Formats: sequence, structure tokens, C-alpha cells
Amino acid sequence: MSGVTFDQVTKRFGDVVAVDSMSLEVRDQEFMVLLGPSGCGKSTALRMIAGLETVTEGELRIGDTRVNDVEAKDRDIAMVFQSYALYPHMTVRDNIEVPLKTRPYDVDGERRKLRKPERADRVAEAARILGLSELLDRKPGALSGGQRQRVALARAIVRRPQVFLMDEPLSNLDAKLRAQTRVELVELHRELRTTIIYVTHDQVEAMTMADRIAVMEAGELQQVGAPRDVYARPANLFVARFIGSPPMNTLDGRVRVDGGQAHVEIGDGRLDIGARPAVADGDPVVVGIRPEHLRIAEHGIAAQVRAVEWLGYERHLYCDVAGTPVIIRDADPGDDDHAAPGDEVRVHAAADAVHLFDPDTTERID
Amino acid sequence: MPATEATGVRPPPWRRRRVREAGLAALFLAPSIAVFGAFFFYPIGRIVYLGFFQQNQTRTRQRWVGTDQYVDVLTGGEFRDGLVITVQYVLFTVPAGLVLGVLLAVAANRRLRGIKIFHTIFASTVATSVAVASIVWLVLINPTVGYLEVDWLRDPDRALFGVSLSSIWQNLGLTFIIVLAGLQAIPDEINEAATVDGMSAPRRFFTVTLPMLSPTLLFLVVVLTVFAFQAFAQIDILTSGGPAGSTETLVFKIFQQQQGGSVGVGSVMAVGLFVITFLVALGQFLLLERRVHYGSNRA
Repeated sequence: MSGVTFDQVTKRFGDVVAVDSMSLEVRDQEFMVLLGPSGCGKSTALRMIAGLETVTEGELRIGDTRVNDVEAKDRDIAMVFQSYALYPHMTVRDNIEVPLKTRPYDVDGERRKLRKPERADRVAEAARILGLSELLDRKPGALSGGQRQRVALARAIVRRPQVFLMDEPLSNLDAKLRAQTRVELVELHRELRTTIIYVTHDQVEAMTMADRIAVMEAGELQQVGAPRDVYARPANLFVARFIGSPPMNTLDGRVRVDGGQAHVEIGDGRLDIGARPAVADGDPVVVGIRPEHLRIAEHGIAAQVRAVEWLGYERHLYCDVAGTPVIIRDADPGDDDHAAPGDEVRVHAAADAVHLFDPDTTERID
Repeated sequence: MPATEATGVRPPPWRRRRVREAGLAALFLAPSIAVFGAFFFYPIGRIVYLGFFQQNQTRTRQRWVGTDQYVDVLTGGEFRDGLVITVQYVLFTVPAGLVLGVLLAVAANRRLRGIKIFHTIFASTVATSVAVASIVWLVLINPTVGYLEVDWLRDPDRALFGVSLSSIWQNLGLTFIIVLAGLQAIPDEINEAATVDGMSAPRRFFTVTLPMLSPTLLFLVVVLTVFAFQAFAQIDILTSGGPAGSTETLVFKIFQQQQGGSVGVGSVMAVGLFVITFLVALGQFLLLERRVHYGSNRA
């Protein structure tokens, strides 16, 4: 088991920079999620660890070993692909066994190829962990999507590699199975205690499974941190808008300071933001407020309700604030005495729930 | 049986629908039935029929001889010699053509700048006629002006091999195109998974690529074998069956019989060749299909 280190790693395809001078340390036994929209470079980063893409500049280490020039087949990693990439002509048993046949392993202090009974034991163990024991003689074509996904996982864990790489492994499953597999992956990680690097564009997967999330955009690392920190203190506007569902509301405003107390003006209303030493009177800012922190109140900023979505456990109000769409998340859907489309209301948020961002750099202002 | 039928009431709606669908199906099938009937089933029936007759030299009269002619010709030396040469020709052309096609396709199946030029060059023989291919090889393996200064086509031990070279070369384009398409249908992720699983390139080829290519290869084995059984023009152009009958394949012998006026004998040989080709193709399907994987490549 080892960590993985990106040290100023850049990957270019011709003139296109897919990963731009990325530095990231994935700790040993950590569940790290690389999160970002498609084309942000997260899969390229993962493929560089696997050895499926070369590193253009910088240094990539698995454990303490520089692997820039180590061939994919000689790296001690296992990978789960989005399409599972099972060998369709082999049975489940043979699929899982493949990585055991191709390279030597440490057995009782000796490095050698595994013998047939040893391989069979390991396959049986991996199949047991993933509940595949009954399916070992079937071919992938006779399995459901969820079962294929388990075979791909079994083929990865049977190796007992230093690092697991997973490239959107849940995206081909239906919503219910995805939620179930998320939990199972977290349990698997706890059981195996191995480093997992997991690529996804789905922030729910990232939030629910990761020890830490690395948010990427346009080849650059935007923020690295525990899910709670990334959610509560997004480093810039991209992270603020990307993490959270529904996403954070962002509105243009201007800071006013009145005798030590600051507030922001948005449209014809204002929001108290407490003491903010980093901003001065008259500064333009982008105000960020999570949908769950907005409340309908007597005072605040004017909003017009456009639509109401009732989800059973909560209600989403789609409003217009000074020409900008804003979503309010109301966790009490039982309340019948609520705003209806067309209503003029006032919305308010507590001072500590208001995030400020620099409109030029898009960086967070504390 | 539904009670309605017994009481003479109109048949139930599902049965009426089925009758209507059968009529519609027949309508859709009519064009191909007409074409196959006129150009395939009728000629085969006619050849089988002609095999029961003996003709005189000028083909002015014919005499019914029944199945005797079938027995005589199919057990005779002429047919056996033709068959032996035909089988040799199949063995010379099919395995070599297949291996070369796979090698070329594997070599050309990479993402390199300008690789399309090589694709075009390798595939180009598919657009070459048998006559052109034969002339090219006639000049190439010419003892005086040829690139390979050998006299194979006039050597009874080597003439069939010389003719085979021309056929292998001409079929290479087709084999290349089909194998390349088969290779490109294998998802990149499967090869990447094999790499990450620790397979070297040769191991990847034999454990992943080749099994996934098996339906393509089965198709090619059958098609190339049938092509070889049917080969005529290259033999007529390069050797005219010689020297000393060493390149007289069954098709060539059929042609000679028809030219010589023995339409009945030629017809019997043609029926024999048809049955053998059919059985070989069927055997290939039955034998090889067990080793072929037809599953979805996107497992």
C-alpha cells in the first residue's frame, strides 16, 4: 500500500493542456476522489497513474518510486474502467484470475508466480467478498450491469495492489444500484485499507465516499479537502457552483460598511454579513448563498417566485432576484401556507451563511 | 384448440393477423426469391439434371444414362486428381492469406499520423481484378524479365505455388479490411485493462485480441476457402492448367469438360464440387464455431 504524489505534473496532447502543473499528494490508504466536469483532466490524471498516458512534465510517484518511465504492466496498480472492460470470451473466474497469472507475487517472503491452487484460493476469496461465488462459471454477457461491475472490482482486488484506480465505475448503473454500490465501495475500502483514487463528475459520489475531494477544472486543481470543508468553504466560484445540489446561488452585490458592521446590497435589498475585514465600503462582490440557507422573511432582498417543486422531503422554490435565478430549499414541505408562483417575497440569510467571492479573480474572500 | 373453430365461427383475431403477416412476409421476400430462383436454384437444378445425360461431341444429341455417370465421374481418377490439386490450392492460399492479413491489420491498427495512407495501400488489392493481379504476378515471377527470376510457372512442382502467390496477394486487401474492422471493434478499454492486468503485448494479442477476433476469422476462413475452391481466372491466365496438368483444379477441369463438349461430365463434376464446398463450409462452421466467441464486445 502506498500513496500517490503528483509533483508539478503536466500532460499535453499536442497544443492542448489536459493537466496543468498539478501537485497533489494522495495519502496512503486514503479514498481520494478526483471530481470535475467532463474534459477537466481528471481521467487523464488517473490514466497517468495507471501508465496508460505518459507524463509530459513533472514527476509522478507511487509510494517513493518515480513511475514516469515505468510501463503500465509493471506498475502495482489495479484499475476499474467505466465500461468495466471485462474479457467477454472468458468466464467470470478466468476474468478475475487474469492479473494473478501475469506477474509474480510475494508469497511467504519469496517472489514468484502463483501456483494454480493459490490462484484458485485468491479468486474464491475475491468472489466471496463481492458476492460472486455463484456466478464464477458464467460469461460477462450473461450478467447484469451491477454484476459485471462487481466482477471488475473483483478483478481489481484479487491483485491486492498498492493503489486502486477507478474511472467513473458507477456511471453505467441505475440510480438505485448506484446508491447501493456507493455504500459497498466505502465498506470495501474500510475492509481492504488500500489507497483508492476515484474519478467522477458526480458530486454526490464524491461527497458520500471520499476522505478528501480534489476538484478539477480545465486541467487545474481548484481545491483539495474533506467533503465537508469543500462544501462549507469553497475556494472559488467554480467550486461553489459545482459542489452542492441544487448548486449555490450566486448574485452580484456591493459591500457597504456602517460603523464596523458590513452588509451587501443586492438589487433594492440588503443582507447583513457581519464583520468582514477583507472587504471595504463600495467593493463589488459576488455573493454566494446555499439554497438551504435562504429563508423567506419579513425583510431582506426582493424575490419573485417563478416555480415551486415539491419533492416529498423538501420543497425547491425557483425565484428571480434582481434578474438572477435563485433557488430556495425549504426542508419543511408539510407547510401549506407557502409561497406560490407569481408571489413577491423577501428572502434572507444569516450573516455566517453568506460567502463572498472576488468578481475578478473568482477567489473566495474571507 | 379454441372452441370457436369447432363451432365454425370466424377464427380468432390472432390467427387472422398471422395469416395477414404471412402474406406480407411473402411479398417482402418475393424479390429475393425471384432473383435466387432465376440465378441460383434453377441453374443448380439444371446442372443436376444435365448430369444424367451423355452428349455427343457436337452436342447435337444427348442420351439418358441415369446415375451411372455420377458414379463413374465422382469415383474416377480425373475428379480425384482435380480435387487433390484444389485442396492443395486451398492449403496454399487460405492459411497464408489469413496470417498475412492479420499481421498487416495488426501492424496498421494504430493511431499514427498518415496511417490512412497505409490502410489504403494495404487494402488496394481488393480493387484489383483477377486478370490484373495475374498479369502482375506473371511478370513478377518471370525467369527472364521478372523481379524474382524464377521459372515456377513452368515447373510442375512449383506452378500451383506460383498461382497461389497471385491469389494470396489479391485476397490480401479483403482480408486486411475485414480484420482491421474486427480489430477496431475491440474497445480500447479492453486492451487497456489487459495492459493494467500485467499482460505483455504478445500475451495481449493471443489471450485477448485473437479470441475477440474469432468471429471475423471464422468468416474469413469460410469465405477464403470458398474463393479457393472457385478459383479459375488466375489459373487460366497464368498456367492454363499446365504444366502437365499440375494446376488443373476442379473448376478448371469443369471448364475443360464443357469446352470439350462433355456437358454431362462437367455438370457431374460441378455438382460434386458444389457438394464438397458446401460440406467443407458447413464443417468449418460446426467445428470452429465452438471456439468462436460471439458475445458483445462491450462486456
